[in-house]
Amino acid sequence: MSAPPFSPDEIMTVTAARQLRNGAVCFVGIGLPSAACNLARLTHAPDLVLIYESGTVGTRPLVLPLSIGDGELAETATCIVPLPEVFAHYLQRGRVDVGFLGAAQIDRFGNLNSTVIGDYSQPRVRLPGAGGAPEIATYAREVLVIMKQAPRSFVERLDFRTSCGYLGGRGERAASGCPGAGPKAVISDFGVLRPHPETQELELAALYPGVSVAAARAATGWPLKVAAHLETVPAPEPEVLGVLRDLNSRTERAHAAPIHITLPLAP
Amino acid sequence: MEFLSLAEAIAAHVEDGQTVALEGFTHLIPFAAGHEIIRQGRRNLHLVRMTPDLVYDQLIGMGCAARLTFSWGGNPGVGSLHRLRDAVERGWPSPLALTEFTHAEMAGAYQAGASGLTCALLRHHTATDLETVPGAPVKMLRCPFTGVPLAAVPALTPDVTLLHAQQVDVAGNVLLRGIVGAAKEAAMAARCVVVTVEERVDTLNADLNAMVLPAAVIAAVSIVPGGAYPSYAQGYYPRDNGFYLAWDQIARDRASFTAWMERHVLGVRDHATHLRRLGVAA
Repeated sequence: MSAPPFSPDEIMTVTAARQLRNGAVCFVGIGLPSAACNLARLTHAPDLVLIYESGTVGTRPLVLPLSIGDGELAETATCIVPLPEVFAHYLQRGRVDVGFLGAAQIDRFGNLNSTVIGDYSQPRVRLPGAGGAPEIATYAREVLVIMKQAPRSFVERLDFRTSCGYLGGRGERAASGCPGAGPKAVISDFGVLRPHPETQELELAALYPGVSVAAARAATGWPLKVAAHLETVPAPEPEVLGVLRDLNSRTERAHAAPIHITLPLAP
Repeated sequence: MEFLSLAEAIAAHVEDGQTVALEGFTHLIPFAAGHEIIRQGRRNLHLVRMTPDLVYDQLIGMGCAARLTFSWGGNPGVGSLHRLRDAVERGWPSPLALTEFTHAEMAGAYQAGASGLTCALLRHHTATDLETVPGAPVKMLRCPFTGVPLAAVPALTPDVTLLHAQQVDVAGNVLLRGIVGAAKEAAMAARCVVVTVEERVDTLNADLNAMVLPAAVIAAVSIVPGGAYPSYAQGYYPRDNGFYLAWDQIARDRASFTAWMERHVLGVRDHATHLRRLGVAA
């Protein structure tokens, strides 16, 4: 079979963007989530409200940021709030519709690890840690997870639970008093996993064109179930792909630009 | 408030063994101040910062720190902080004890410190393994009015908070513009505040609700143009994303890290020379 005319990152980004309805308030993470949110804003959802955890609210960047707090985000924001406020007034107060998360490990109930691989006190790999993830996982009305699928990242058992998905499933999350609904979809480089309505176990709900169930199963560290109606994700529309590629090439040029600082002349 | 050179300000206000916070969330990170702490050879510091960033990767790799309190320790958009990882995973150049928060908890901990409170209260996020780690700082309690579960986070009160800002006026009042992170809270929580700024101006011309730290809460101000590089100062220079990408290779290996630090930090007398040697300033 010939290679598809789009990359795994591109179809992941387009698939994530399609999940966003116009007008939603999104708490955006860096990387693919940021690309997906801005792609949605530049295509079908012009009134998406993007909040980056650096405190920029209503941001409309022309190029994608490398960090969560590039100057581009500040210059194009409706307002910039201090960090304690972005977590208290927006997230904890329940003003965020969609939160994005990624992690080093995910389990079948969408619980996530971004803290350590191995034992906490003697870690084999020390990962960056929690950041805003536990609060995003708890308070966003719904969560989208974007992660590449492999047996070492889609695991039977997490080394550490940094933020919650459906805990042990079957309503345990809601019973714990958690206000947000939890991970609505996991967008991988094979397709989309969604929680089973009763057990809340993540099932393969959709595959990208040309990807097989066997390949998705082989990339999963638990026996992956397949949803009753397995769908095929439509290939990215050429015009949407064009917008994404323009955005990425603008971004690449901006990040490669050399920095010049003008120092005052020595006295 | 007194105007000091950066070398004088660090010599006067930062001592071995202190709890020191260099704040600024991706923006206005006080790199020049961090480099001066390295040059002056401070040891056994308890470093506090929400996002350790490259500046703490450098301080940790140069052996200045014994403990780190933080909430997210990566190279934003790039990957790992290799020196932080080496210290935690293999104790190089010395072991590093960790106190770990979420962003919301740590922002609250600064706010509590800034308010003279002993702890901050947050809604309790859903149970995770974070509360089970040895020495986990957060304790649970119930709201005395409604009974809902709350998380109590102990206040952070650094001995010294160091910030970078855009401007200081002749009276020593400091203006911060753009993404401010938890800079104000970290400053107001500290016993001593030291600020580096891009420039000194006659008057700040600040909007009525602008973020201004009055001279009365500041111990020392140093004029250090480019002092946040390779992070940025809104209105002066952008973030050097290329350098953040390049740091991944520089810091990956102990020898290349040490060589870079010797050439670019220990081997220069001040920040202006550092910027010129990197080719960022003429």
